[in-house]
Amino acid sequence: MIAGLCVILICQLAGEAIVRALGVPVPGPVLGLLFMLLLLLLRDRFPSAAFGPLKGDAVVGVARGLLANLSLLFIPAGVGIVQLINVLLEHGWAIVVALAVSVVATLFITAGTFLIVSRLMKRRASRAS
Amino acid sequence: MTQPPFSLWVYLSQTPLLWLTITLFVYVIADALSRATSRHPLANPVLHSIWILAAFLWLTGTRYETYFSGAQFVHFLLGPATVALAIPLYENRKAVMAAILPMLAALVVGSVSAIGSVVLLAEAMGLPRNVVLSLAPKSVTAGVAMGISESLSASPALTAVATVLTGIMGAIVVTPMMNRLGITDFRARGFAAGLASHGIGTARAFQVDEVAGVFAGIAMSLNALVTSLLVPVAVTLLLK
Repeated sequence: MIAGLCVILICQLAGEAIVRALGVPVPGPVLGLLFMLLLLLLRDRFPSAAFGPLKGDAVVGVARGLLANLSLLFIPAGVGIVQLINVLLEHGWAIVVALAVSVVATLFITAGTFLIVSRLMKRRASRAS
Repeated sequence: MTQPPFSLWVYLSQTPLLWLTITLFVYVIADALSRATSRHPLANPVLHSIWILAAFLWLTGTRYETYFSGAQFVHFLLGPATVALAIPLYENRKAVMAAILPMLAALVVGSVSAIGSVVLLAEAMGLPRNVVLSLAPKSVTAGVAMGISESLSASPALTAVATVLTGIMGAIVVTPMMNRLGITDFRARGFAAGLASHGIGTARAFQVDEVAGVFAGIAMSLNALVTSLLVPVAVTLLLK
């Protein structure tokens, strides 16, 4: 478990280091995500790279544990609401309305785009055959 | 002379141990209640944990900094959890490649509308610039959203709250909304949930359908990437 966690932290650390060094406008963990993905794909391409925690399911196990409790991880940041009472008293409703309308619009547009493109592809595939 | 129980509280309330324990304890109860109501959208464990903890801090007159000294151990894991999003992407690479075109289209269009809609709405309602910037990255997972907010010199705390609110609202609304619209493709439903409302939407999608959950996880991973690239561009284009 610790070895798996270590691999994840190394990816994140590499991401943070590169972001700082090059001044890339991307959060470090996002770059870490890409490194993790590359690492797993490289492991499949070159069997000799599969050693230690990369062999078997060590990394996958730790990642599953983290993602299974993803909801918990948002709570400390969310409790930060107690610091923002003034902003919320002044602009609370406008913020809630902006977020609510935006999330409904985003759900609608995203699902709609997915369906339209997948139907176009299906139609083209059936026409080709 | 202070009473012994009171001095014990004074001591414990300054220790990270107490606040870490209370955070986990409240979450475990809220999560059990959510499960007991077979994951009713309104029994969202994040929503209820937050107001219970906020009320508890207010009642005991505890400063957020004191609370965070304990809760930071949980908060820290947001970074590793973002890296861990590579795993659902990796494990479902066949499903990803099979639906790559609809996903990329939905990803770009969805990400642009998630950022654009909130920035334009907030601006139209006359919210201060600092608040508008803090709301812009609200559709991605909190760790990434706060990072984006920091790089815009907005308020990461407000971004965190906006992110959690967006996640909760998306998780509550997605199932009734998709049913009403008659959308039965669980890939599309899940993808929209993960893109619009990140981890909280993904947790919700997994409760509804396995395929939906997988696509939600993929959307959340991809959107973390795309949004962190798009927000700085969108902000320069939309706000002058």
